[in-house]
Amino acid sequence: MSDTRSARGGTAERWQLRLYVAGQTPRCLAAFANLRKICEEHLKGQYHIEVIDLLETPALARGDQILAIPTLVRKLPEPVRKIIGDLSNTEHVLVGLDVRRMG
Amino acid sequence: MARTRRRTSDPGSLPKAPTGIPGLDEITGGGLPRGRSTLVVGGPGCGKTLLAMEFLVCGTLQFKEPGVFVAFEETEAELAENVRSLGYEIGSLVENKQLVLDHVRVERSEIEETGDYDLEGLFVRLGYAIDSVGAKRVVIDTLEVLFAGLQDHAILRAELRRLFRWLKEREVTAIVTAERGPGSGMTRHGLEEYVSDCVIVLDHRVDHQVSTRRLRVVKYRGSAHGANEYPFLIDAGGLEVFPITSLGLDYPAPAGYVPSGIPELDEAFDGRGFRRGSSVFVSGTAGTGKTSVSAGFVNAACARGERCLFLSMEESADQIVRNMRSIGINLERWRKRGLLQLQSSRPTLYGLESHLATIYKAVRDFDPRIVVVDPITNLGAVGSDPDVTAAITRLLDFLKSKQITGLFTALTSNPDDPEHSEVGVSSWMDTWIQLRTLESEGKRRRGLYVIKSRGMPHSDSIHALRFTARGIRLGSFARERT
Repeated sequence: MSDTRSARGGTAERWQLRLYVAGQTPRCLAAFANLRKICEEHLKGQYHIEVIDLLETPALARGDQILAIPTLVRKLPEPVRKIIGDLSNTEHVLVGLDVRRMG
Repeated sequence: MARTRRRTSDPGSLPKAPTGIPGLDEITGGGLPRGRSTLVVGGPGCGKTLLAMEFLVCGTLQFKEPGVFVAFEETEAELAENVRSLGYEIGSLVENKQLVLDHVRVERSEIEETGDYDLEGLFVRLGYAIDSVGAKRVVIDTLEVLFAGLQDHAILRAELRRLFRWLKEREVTAIVTAERGPGSGMTRHGLEEYVSDCVIVLDHRVDHQVSTRRLRVVKYRGSAHGANEYPFLIDAGGLEVFPITSLGLDYPAPAGYVPSGIPELDEAFDGRGFRRGSSVFVSGTAGTGKTSVSAGFVNAACARGERCLFLSMEESADQIVRNMRSIGINLERWRKRGLLQLQSSRPTLYGLESHLATIYKAVRDFDPRIVVVDPITNLGAVGSDPDVTAAITRLLDFLKSKQITGLFTALTSNPDDPEHSEVGVSSWMDTWIQLRTLESEGKRRRGLYVIKSRGMPHSDSIHALRFTARGIRLGSFARERT
């Protein structure tokens, strides 16, 4: 646990999140806004969000096995987890990211 | 004027994409509806994936149409492995950008759902795959995995509807596979609602420990199609459907004659023998010489250089060769020269349809002028009676369409009613020869009698049949009787 604290604010954020969207649809914009809000509240300073627009880079859909849009992929910490939907239910997102248990 | 003309010409000109699967294109009148989706329904292990993959592989190899295979159940490596057993190396097709394999993994335990979503990711992947090779054909196998992987079925159904519309807009010819449903619905999740152009059902039945694969085109909008269930085989050469019933009766009657192998019998038939391309039925009780007469026929044909396929339903090939040697017929030399193919199998090992399917395959591969089935009544050991009759009728049609002369023996079990043939097929045969044993002056003798021969004059008398070292001969009882 002490390792986690020492990494805080450093270059290696503990939470590597990737949000897959397809264009700037209201649903995708909502998902990004919801994700930012949740991360700021619960993972402040420990996260990095990468947004991938599949309309621009469709080849990337295969690697992360993307089916639904929007899809949030927790790349780190492992194991990889996926949350699909507009992330409107904060409780579900926190459970899905396994933030609760990690404290 | 213009409008009515177009309306009348449209149904006939429905464009089709040939599958390249032997038999399937005949049943569907040229292939699957081009630019549309076809639903292939079947239980596990029915051959859905194989049919779909062959459609793609043939598409690239035969019709220069690249393809995309979206696999929900198997990984790319598993798919490649499975079709390798059918002789297809799809690795090279992928390398040459003729085929894309995309395994879509859906694991419910790994996915949390929160809020609204759609399946745009799937569309993006599919669209990207199609564009990367310029695909004209698409397979989605099996979409229903999504029902297990995603909780929100309302979203899923709306997206499936969109997917089929999208496929149509992309103008790809698609096969979508689905599991057969346990209830009244055709598929487990009612996918037939979304695909309305063409539906094919595959079936794998096991009756009395005998397995039979069948294919049926349930629906083909705007096109005539064979409505029956057709047997199909999956073997080292891939999938093959046998559209035997679609032959009809419009085959040409070939000219010429085929000697019977018994000079005196040819005499009885106007001096020339059987008509080429006709069917000859040889019935008799056990031990009357049916196999010997068949072997004599084959022997004479091989001596003329004609290829013969001898299908034995009772004895092994070696057994027949040995037995026939005892009456002076050497079949082994014809086997060695490749003129005779002796194939022995017991029909009970396969289902009736599968068994006939193997016969068709043998006929196609060996391309004989003469086919003998000894005895055809053994087919009656499997399947119920109307099945057997229908199957044999199809076999006869098939041989006739290829102008092959067929000789079929039948074992009659009731010596008191020798003209009753066990399979009610004698009426379809052109020539019916009966063999019987007769007792006279304390001796049992073999007799041969021609019951009918279509379109030919023939003798009315019962001939004495003898197997001699010089072959099979016919004589007369007349002197002995009077």
